Amino acid sequence: MKKLLIFPAVLGILALMAWGFYQAIYIAPTEATMGEVQRIFYYHVPHGILCYLFFSINFVASMLVLAWRRSNPAKSLAADAWALAGAEVGTLYCTINLVTGPLWARPVWGIWWTWDARLTTSLILWLIYVSYLLVRRFAAGSEMQALAAVLAVFGALDMPINYLANRIWRTQHPSPVIGGGPESGMAPPIAAALGWNVLAWAVWGLAVLAIRIHLERRQQAIDNAEAVAALAAD
Amino acid sequence: MMDQPLQTSSNARWAALVWAHLRKDMRIEWRSREAINSMLFFALLVVVLFSMAFDPTLDASREIAGGVLCVATLFASVSALNQAWAREIRHQVLDALRMTPGGGAAIFLAKVLTNFCFVTLVQCVLAPIFFIFYNLHPLGDARLLALVIPLGTWALVSNGTFFAALSIRSRNRELLLPLVLFPIFLPALLAMVLAVKTILTGDNSDPDQLWIKMLACYDIIFTTVSLLLFDTVLEAE
Repeated sequence: MKKLLIFPAVLGILALMAWGFYQAIYIAPTEATMGEVQRIFYYHVPHGILCYLFFSINFVASMLVLAWRRSNPAKSLAADAWALAGAEVGTLYCTINLVTGPLWARPVWGIWWTWDARLTTSLILWLIYVSYLLVRRFAAGSEMQALAAVLAVFGALDMPINYLANRIWRTQHPSPVIGGGPESGMAPPIAAALGWNVLAWAVWGLAVLAIRIHLERRQQAIDNAEAVAALAAD
Repeated sequence: MMDQPLQTSSNARWAALVWAHLRKDMRIEWRSREAINSMLFFALLVVVLFSMAFDPTLDASREIAGGVLCVATLFASVSALNQAWAREIRHQVLDALRMTPGGGAAIFLAKVLTNFCFVTLVQCVLAPIFFIFYNLHPLGDARLLALVIPLGTWALVSNGTFFAALSIRSRNRELLLPLVLFPIFLPALLAMVLAVKTILTGDNSDPDQLWIKMLACYDIIFTTVSLLLFDTVLEAE
């Protein structure tokens, strides 16, 4: 039954992404001053928004790892799979956000990169989660899960700084178009194209997340079986 | 009603525990002087290296001096922070410490205070050399340096002590500490460097002292989180 559902789900996700692509490239009007290059907005912004979603998943799962570590190791292990998957997908989305930004900045600003508050905090956010993934490779077992969860709490502390960066400071990065005060906002066709792309990339990311969690759970089962077998052999 | 004296006495006991841990760390350092000597020489080397790499002429030096001082302290303290916990691993001292009544927070706070003293001492020795090598005379309010530098040092030492304890159990821990610490410390480094630059150049670009306030907020938030989570790091196995 589960396998039967996967096929329409994959089709649905692909259709949604195609629809998002169609909206962004063909339906949304060309921006008056920047021209076609502005369309990268429909990829840059959704990935920026969604990396918060995945890092938040990582944060919540990490808190659960810490809460269940002693009382319920089985649940803690499951939460750890969620934390790992959240960090990996979040880092991927943050990377795409950091790559599409300079691609847009070069023709519009004339430079690839500038050290303003938004760009700098985004880069720091990316660095923290890369270091999180590194920690997971450097240590092993339940000890590593607790240490990684602790690091995830520190990573989550950087998220609000990043979110507020172009709200507190005057940055070269454009000021927020969503929730940025009375002057922010978008024309309806632009908002529609952005909305469809946020939805499409969210569903896509969640699908990747689900697959990654499934893989990690299998890996945990294999590790567990090997440990039990090693104990039995003694 | 009866709780009041009990509360005070348990607070006093906790403070006494922190003081005991602190005295122990200070005495070990006083007998060996390993951490301070290596930090001092290392920081000196970094300052010399930078002044050769960048040729500090008068105007440019004010712009970069804050950054060089921060980075020199950062590199120097990383080497010492690893040692601070590696020393406790030998002969299972850390396991013994875990059985002391004050819990992880007391051990952590004492370690941070000790390391803070060491790094501050190194900075006090380094500062005159630094001002001579870079021909500095601050154009802004130099008294603010006495606020900014300790705040930045606290951010470095508090996070550094925490993540040194975190990475002590991993394979190649010497490598892991900077990999984890530097990204987390970056916001504080940025605030510290910009605050020092504003003071040295006196350019009045930050009239509200926003960077100093940010640094203080960073210190409060990150130290609180470290104190709360240190037990988890200590018991992680």
